Amino acid sequence: MRKKKHRDVHHLSPMMNLVFNIIAGGFALLCVFPFLFVIIISFTDEAALNKNGYSIWPEKWSFAAYEYIFKAGDQLLRSYGVTIFITIVGTLISLVTICLFAYAISRKNFKYRGFFSFMAFFTMLFNGGLVPTYMVATQVLDLKDSIWALILPLAVNAFYILIMRTFYSTSVPDAIIESAKIDGAGELRAFITIVLPISLPGIATIGLFSTLGYWNDWFNALLYIDNPNIVPLQAMLMRIENSMQFLMNNAQLSASGQSLELMRSLPAEATRMALVVLATVPIACAYPFFQRYFVQGLTIGAVKE
Amino acid sequence: MQTIMNSLKNLYRNRIFLLMVLPGALWFLFFSYLPMLGTVIAFKDYRIHRDGFFAGLMQSEWVGFENFEYLFSTNDAFLITRNTILYNFVFIILGLVCSVAMAIILSEIVNKRLAKVYQTGMFLPHFLSWVIVSYFTFSFLSVDKGVMNQILAWFGADPISWYSETKYWPYILTFMNIWKGVGYSSVVYLAAIVGIDKTYYEAAMIDGASKWQQIRHITLPSITPLITILTLLAIGRIFYADFGLFYQIPRNSGPLYPVTNVIDTYVYRGLKATGEITMSTAAGLYQSFIGFILVITSNWIVRKSNKDNALF
Repeated sequence: MRKKKHRDVHHLSPMMNLVFNIIAGGFALLCVFPFLFVIIISFTDEAALNKNGYSIWPEKWSFAAYEYIFKAGDQLLRSYGVTIFITIVGTLISLVTICLFAYAISRKNFKYRGFFSFMAFFTMLFNGGLVPTYMVATQVLDLKDSIWALILPLAVNAFYILIMRTFYSTSVPDAIIESAKIDGAGELRAFITIVLPISLPGIATIGLFSTLGYWNDWFNALLYIDNPNIVPLQAMLMRIENSMQFLMNNAQLSASGQSLELMRSLPAEATRMALVVLATVPIACAYPFFQRYFVQGLTIGAVKE
Repeated sequence: MQTIMNSLKNLYRNRIFLLMVLPGALWFLFFSYLPMLGTVIAFKDYRIHRDGFFAGLMQSEWVGFENFEYLFSTNDAFLITRNTILYNFVFIILGLVCSVAMAIILSEIVNKRLAKVYQTGMFLPHFLSWVIVSYFTFSFLSVDKGVMNQILAWFGADPISWYSETKYWPYILTFMNIWKGVGYSSVVYLAAIVGIDKTYYEAAMIDGASKWQQIRHITLPSITPLITILTLLAIGRIFYADFGLFYQIPRNSGPLYPVTNVIDTYVYRGLKATGEITMSTAAGLYQSFIGFILVITSNWIVRKSNKDNALF
């Protein structure tokens, strides 16, 4: 009975419903299609690719790209390793730092909460810009070509602190903390045994934001990393792309020995697309399950307190 | 003496909290506040010094606003400012229209499970990096193998050299921005629409209001505050461009710079490619400074309309 009533409220003529389905479904398809297309290209025979270009239904299918990667893919494995390492270590560091900082500034009995809140939120308004940041990172912290250059710059973010602080203040009542303290628990103990378990959904949201940030990061590698041994996945893909671009822009150089050498060291077309697929599949498979945490984080961020 | 004792006592009393904020505070010091101090490079003839950053800062000569004068005497300053603002302006307007429309469409679709599937599909681009997306666009725009040129050939037209023709790029970049962002931003609006009290719609139906009237007079007014806030906040960030979009999607192609160079890419190239460090710092400070004024102003406007929705 209730269900019927609900449908009545949202009555939409079958015609309009069809139109809406076509628009929404069409756009959803448009969003997913390029990824499917790249998967198809990666399974295309290299000769067919050179003959017909990229096509939705290849003349000849082939696993050669993947066989090649699994046989000769030490660069891929290494980059995978770097990405997994920075994602795990980075997310942990960032969770610990953000959760502690946000908790302290959410507590009304912290005398300096105003100062530290300002310290965090002022960075959302003003920043020193890229060049001074680069200078401090390379000359003061000595991060050039260090794995920490891929971890530290992304570790803290005022926006995540804002989300987490809002989460604490809406879902952890002061009374619980006070009663724990009456029972003799210290501030730290109350935080670990009572506040943390209640805040798990918030922690999950921040954790996922930061996991995604680390997995998809190429900018810090672009800035700080030259050593091929610590190039993460996204940056590796970018490097391959740039070398191709270099060859294309310098067509007159193509005949020279040096660029032939470069050409040979670059993976073939299908192989490059296979690398893209392998870098994307983990995320594409995982995000539907974590979607709601992202939505939650967004809505917390949008409504604030 | 008394005050010193008191503040020491306060520090001691808050020691647990101070320990909690310590890692974050150190991070802000090194990654936000030292760089802010470092913006004085923009007013100096900065030379890298072998004794490190601070020695370099101290010993470089003051030149006042010379770097800025030089920056604004070039044609680049106008170009990157125009590109940044115009692109962002179009992104804000078009993004708003598309995502609100999509949120309404998703909320009206009768089969909720199907709507959920569409929503999941639209959300995918948000989870991909611009590097990955640039491979996607390349599969369409590649000169010899791309889909677009195949379609052109099918119609008997000449192939287009996409990565060196400037005239198409404003459309391509706008399309990519919308493509990547709509799924994500419509989610926020959808959450707001789902939260609207159902009895409004029931009352409207009893009064004989059509679906369009319901959308115009109930749905849109209900989400107007959210639209206002998100738009004002976006305007506050109009001086900041999405580096990935403007650097990765055109594949850093030189001939396209007139239509793809924005403040962020200009600063990056000044630092890493051309080595004009001082001018690049000046451009960065110009961006931060105007950006700061814009954020403050837009927040002030949000605050005036609704205090709870202001950022600070």
